[in-house]
Amino acid sequence: MTKTTANPGQESFDPSNPPGLRTQQAKWKLTFVFAAVVLVYMFTSWQTNSSLIDLWFGMPDVWRMVGELFPPNWGYATETWGRLSETIQMAIIATTVAGILCIPISLMASSNIAPNKWVYNITKQIMNILRTIPDLLLAVIFVGIFGIGAFSGIIALIIFSLGILAKLLAETIEAIDKNPLEAIRASGGNTLQVIVYGVIPQILPQYTSFTLYVFEINVRASLVLGFVGAGGIGQLLQRSISFFQYGRAMIIIIIIFVAVVIIEYISGKIREEIL
Amino acid sequence: MEQTTTLPLPPKKKIPRKKVIRNCVIAAFLVAMYAWTFSSIGVNWGQIVSERTLNNMGRVIPQLFSPEWAVAPDALRLMGETLAMAYTGTLMAALLAVPFGFFAAKNMVDSRIVNTAAKWALDGIRAFPEIMLALIFVAAIGPSAFAGVLAIAVGSIGMLGKLYSEVIESIDMHVVESLEANGANKAQILFYGIIPQVIPEFLSYAIYRYEIDVRSSTILGLIGAGGIGMMIQISTMNRNWDEVGMALLIIIFVVTVIDYVSSAIRKRIV
Repeated sequence: MTKTTANPGQESFDPSNPPGLRTQQAKWKLTFVFAAVVLVYMFTSWQTNSSLIDLWFGMPDVWRMVGELFPPNWGYATETWGRLSETIQMAIIATTVAGILCIPISLMASSNIAPNKWVYNITKQIMNILRTIPDLLLAVIFVGIFGIGAFSGIIALIIFSLGILAKLLAETIEAIDKNPLEAIRASGGNTLQVIVYGVIPQILPQYTSFTLYVFEINVRASLVLGFVGAGGIGQLLQRSISFFQYGRAMIIIIIIFVAVVIIEYISGKIREEIL
Repeated sequence: MEQTTTLPLPPKKKIPRKKVIRNCVIAAFLVAMYAWTFSSIGVNWGQIVSERTLNNMGRVIPQLFSPEWAVAPDALRLMGETLAMAYTGTLMAALLAVPFGFFAAKNMVDSRIVNTAAKWALDGIRAFPEIMLALIFVAAIGPSAFAGVLAIAVGSIGMLGKLYSEVIESIDMHVVESLEANGANKAQILFYGIIPQVIPEFLSYAIYRYEIDVRSSTILGLIGAGGIGMMIQISTMNRNWDEVGMALLIIIFVVTVIDYVSSAIRKRIV
């Protein structure tokens, strides 16, 4: 095979009209994908009434609202502390319970520790399904069962964070060094001893880091759980917006913002230190 | 005969005093934290451990697990609206995040003030939960899917802009330099040097964000911002838990499918 047949385009190189970097086929494909994206966009923006025209006409309302949010009602800040601490307490309890419950679950959901394939697959699938249910939806259900209050929020957060934590931890367990486990088994250690002396020392740093990460997620989630009546500062925000007390709403927004930033900063620092 | 084989114990590791103090401080902090938490959390146990809770459990849980199939078409239509909301919002954010990404990237804009300002703006947006933005937009323009779209669009800029700026900072600058050396202008450098390098990752992140936005837009309706959440809100108010069960089933199914499809596409792109 000569070079000419391999690269037919190279033969007649015309400097004024260089061959493109992409083949004709790739260009068609790109055009097709681009057209599809734009068409779907046109359809969805028509379906949701959110075209650029709507954006243009909606903007004055948004700006008016933003204008009404100022000035924040600083005096109201002191009245929100109770709810803010409730929010953080909910996250602390939920993270603690989920952190304890996730250990057996993640052991069952990791292929190298699980006693058999059935346990492994079933646990893993249940966790996968749990993770697809949004936290607020869980809160709605538990508010329906336990009534309005922090307890419903805590249960919702536990179940929600269990899914995330178990998945992260199971992945870590699956990636650990197998040699210590084999050594313990070879010297007659039972499963419990394998877990305590072989698995736990290897995953402890990641475990702490993931728990802190889930704590961050839980704080963010618990700030808004109040929208559906599951306790915390979100309840105050929703109430002040529906009573048109925008000054109060703004101060709560500021508090939520500051709380998220501080907690993310602290937890980020600790996680850097651990890993 | 008393002969106990006492094996010599391994020498104890000496723990430095600094570490001991540190651990004590951490332990004290944890104890204080839990004491504060459990002493002041307002949980009304009388309300939770009561006949009513048991009745609720007996009613809600069986109904959740026996979904009402009659509302399936309605739920599917609303789920379609949810997907549309997420799509419109994510696409808006994917485009709006590009300038933020460029401003925040150190190798594109050579000004620390602009870099830091853009990074702070992105961090600031990320600190707001999406549903809180939705609450504000619903209050501003009334309960509609449009409010949800705006919340998703604004909320997604934070994460996408940050990821974009990281992608831009990691590109191969030799390509840009050689284009510059050959006399290319800014637009040519952008279109031939930068965009081809970043497009696959930008797309991949945008698709990933779409996954997240589908999840979060399912609940935006709970506060009046359109989609399947609206149905859940109405059904819970009327205590039709079998309808909630149906909606939940559809959410689980659709979210799983979207996750699967999106990760398949992302694997092919990058």
